[in-house]
Amino acid sequence: MADHEYGFRTRAIHAGNIPDPVTGARAVPIYQTSAFVFDDTEDAAARFALQKYGTVYSRLANPTVAAFEERIASLEGALGAVATASGLGAQYIAFAALAGAGDHIVASAQLYGGSVTQLDVALRRFGVETTFVHSSDPADYAAAITDRTKVVFAESVANPSGDVADVEGLADVAHAAGVPLMIDATVATPYLSRPMEWGADLVVHSATKFLGGHGTTLGGVVSESGRFDWHSARFPLFSAPVPTYGGLEWSGNFGEFAFLTRLRAEQLRDIGPALAPHSAFLLMQGVETLPFRMQAHVDNARVVAEWLAQDDRVEIVHWAGLPDHPAHERAAKYLPKGAGSVFGFEVKGGRAAGQRFIEAVNLASHLANIGDAKTLVIHPASTTHAQLSAQQLLDAGVQPGLVRMSVGIEDVEDILRDLDQALDAAVSERDSAGKASSTEQAA
Amino acid sequence: MSDTTIPDTGAPGTPTRSARTWQGPDARSRLRILRQARSVAIVGASPNPARSSYFVATYLTSSTPYRVYFVNPRATEILGQPVYPDLASLPEVPDIVDVFRKGSDIPSVVDDVLAVGAKTIWVQLGIWNEDAARYAESKGLTVVMDRCIKIEHARFHGGLHLMGFDTGQITARKTIR
Repeated sequence: MADHEYGFRTRAIHAGNIPDPVTGARAVPIYQTSAFVFDDTEDAAARFALQKYGTVYSRLANPTVAAFEERIASLEGALGAVATASGLGAQYIAFAALAGAGDHIVASAQLYGGSVTQLDVALRRFGVETTFVHSSDPADYAAAITDRTKVVFAESVANPSGDVADVEGLADVAHAAGVPLMIDATVATPYLSRPMEWGADLVVHSATKFLGGHGTTLGGVVSESGRFDWHSARFPLFSAPVPTYGGLEWSGNFGEFAFLTRLRAEQLRDIGPALAPHSAFLLMQGVETLPFRMQAHVDNARVVAEWLAQDDRVEIVHWAGLPDHPAHERAAKYLPKGAGSVFGFEVKGGRAAGQRFIEAVNLASHLANIGDAKTLVIHPASTTHAQLSAQQLLDAGVQPGLVRMSVGIEDVEDILRDLDQALDAAVSERDSAGKASSTEQAA
Repeated sequence: MSDTTIPDTGAPGTPTRSARTWQGPDARSRLRILRQARSVAIVGASPNPARSSYFVATYLTSSTPYRVYFVNPRATEILGQPVYPDLASLPEVPDIVDVFRKGSDIPSVVDDVLAVGAKTIWVQLGIWNEDAARYAESKGLTVVMDRCIKIEHARFHGGLHLMGFDTGQITARKTIR
């Protein structure tokens, strides 16, 4: 008899949360504790040596955080997951597990700005080189892979260019070289697209965004499929004795569980970006309604993107759900429910018009985040992506006048009304720009 | 998280997962096997703390109510307990015989299990022998194969969950059933 597979909405509510056997608490209890008592010295030694399951210290594992981890693993179709304090923390421990000085990473040039600097500045300073690929073609990624490459990394939906990764093609070229594929699925979430179903080995999220969904809580998570063969010459650490754990071998002792066990037992231990239990609780509250919120997000995004695209105050809209977007076909393949609700658009009049637009919105919030229930706007070139050079900005699809929107789940008529008045303000100021600037000089 | 004997997985002639035709018990059936058992014998138990079987031994003796026995003709003591040379020497008939031996050894272990009258043979993660599994079933044995008894017990008793793994278990009851 085959095991029953519960549906996505059921798992979003139940996975990882079996009622507490002692108290019967139906909600996940918040285990706000730094450490956990041992039964005796033998028990303590066995937990430390990974010979039995058990909590030791909340940097390594915590029951509330575990509930969040299992829920995300279930929704992604992953073997398991390790949660972190932020999305960049999740990426960092994954990179740290895979690469060391002298090693190499192949990444999309269209990554979120913070991810670019993590690779281009921080990891490069530690001796890990990254080649940024200025293309969506898997063949260009294949050409960048060397014998020191440890991972291929891309965003399933790029922020803010709206480009959609060819996950299946990238998995093929990575696996042909014996390299795992890691996908940042923050913008899509497992409701819209599950990269492991297309061959990705690792998926990372900033849970701060749509998973939590309400703009309240930082968090990140790494999930892994358990299908990549880490027992290979490219990853010798998985087959070497580990002195800090009594000479065990990650692959030899843990098989398909090797990567995630090591990520927790080494990278969380040594780097330390653990997710707080209270944050895990809040993020899980968000995940319970993920399917409903994401559907509302993409439904609103479609209306807003189509409305903007037909407006003559707008230069261009970069939403892959639109037929003229370069990634439209890939969006139809990988994101049939919708191409996410984060995208950029350019107001006619360039940088100054874009800034005037942002200063004129009233319902949309001007802030540096995405994936809130509220509609959000920002000017990436001067904020979220300001750390990038002019060339890096262009590579990331950030034109000087680009406005990034994260379409919320308010009544869409109210979102359009706000955008309409802000576009009026942006354009009318452009028409009287000379007057406006002379007034400023007078002031 | 646990424990596999890697050397057998890549052996010539070992079918890939997609080529397999024997299907083992589903999660509910595995839970029933584990619930009904009171004693487990580990055949191929090692006194080396780095070996997978030692991890399983530590887990079973400390995190389950099972009476656990170790079988290995070349060892004398594991975790402070005596090691028996064969299944026939154990003080009782174990409910589950958990096996850490290479795939080609499994048929002879099946015969040993049948000879002592145990009801379940549990072949560890990373070990696969379809003919032996079918042979054991034809003789009335319950067979679990290519699964870790530590992982499976932990799947239903919180350990796997605590380490962030997907257990596939959903229930609104305090205990999985």
